[in-house]
Amino acid sequence: MSVKVLFLGRLSAMVAPERDYPAPLNWQYLLDSLPEEARALVAGEKVRVALDGALLADKTSLIAQNGAEVALLPPVSGG
Amino acid sequence: MKDVRLLDTGFSAGEGLAHFAQKVPDAGGIVSFVGKVRGEGDVKALELSHYEPLTLPGMDALADQALARWALEGLMIWHRIGVMQPGAPIVLVSAAAKHRRDAFEAADFVMDHLKSDAWFWKRERRSDGWHWIEPREQDHGDLARWDILPKQD
Repeated sequence: MSVKVLFLGRLSAMVAPERDYPAPLNWQYLLDSLPEEARALVAGEKVRVALDGALLADKTSLIAQNGAEVALLPPVSGG
Repeated sequence: MKDVRLLDTGFSAGEGLAHFAQKVPDAGGIVSFVGKVRGEGDVKALELSHYEPLTLPGMDALADQALARWALEGLMIWHRIGVMQPGAPIVLVSAAAKHRRDAFEAADFVMDHLKSDAWFWKRERRSDGWHWIEPREQDHGDLARWDILPKQD
């Protein structure tokens, strides 16, 4: 019973590229598990969250069930 | 005609453009932009990462927006992921149209969105290690101007 959480961009260096969490996973549990610097970034408005590849309009409503994939998406930069 | 690709190995911008030009025989003009890893300064390598479920679908949706907004014969968006050396191409955007203004504007629009509104994360390796790169204020300003400019018919 686990949820895979992916940390993209600078979050991958602050936490890990990915981590497994016990299911079901909610937003507060995820936040509380993070080191302080990462927690502040993830809690802020610039980090978006996807559940099974779909962006969440309200990340604080996250509830991920067994087998789900959560991605934490910090500000992007391409080109 | 739409050609959107996420590439995990190097590509030749010249060959890409030649390929694209063949596919749009009716175009009156093609505008292309090639973004490269800067050769100046202390940058040893550049790495672009992505998130599979969002990145390519997002690029495809961006292409559709440009195709809907300008009268284009074709649009090509090729974007690298992985580690690149200085001088290597990162992105190739080509827009083909009957008339040049549509092609210039569409290529500009696509690039502004790729810089700061597409699912990529960029970091540079310098002599003191890796540094994450975030868009400059200028990039956000470039993006915002597409919301206020009048749309073309």
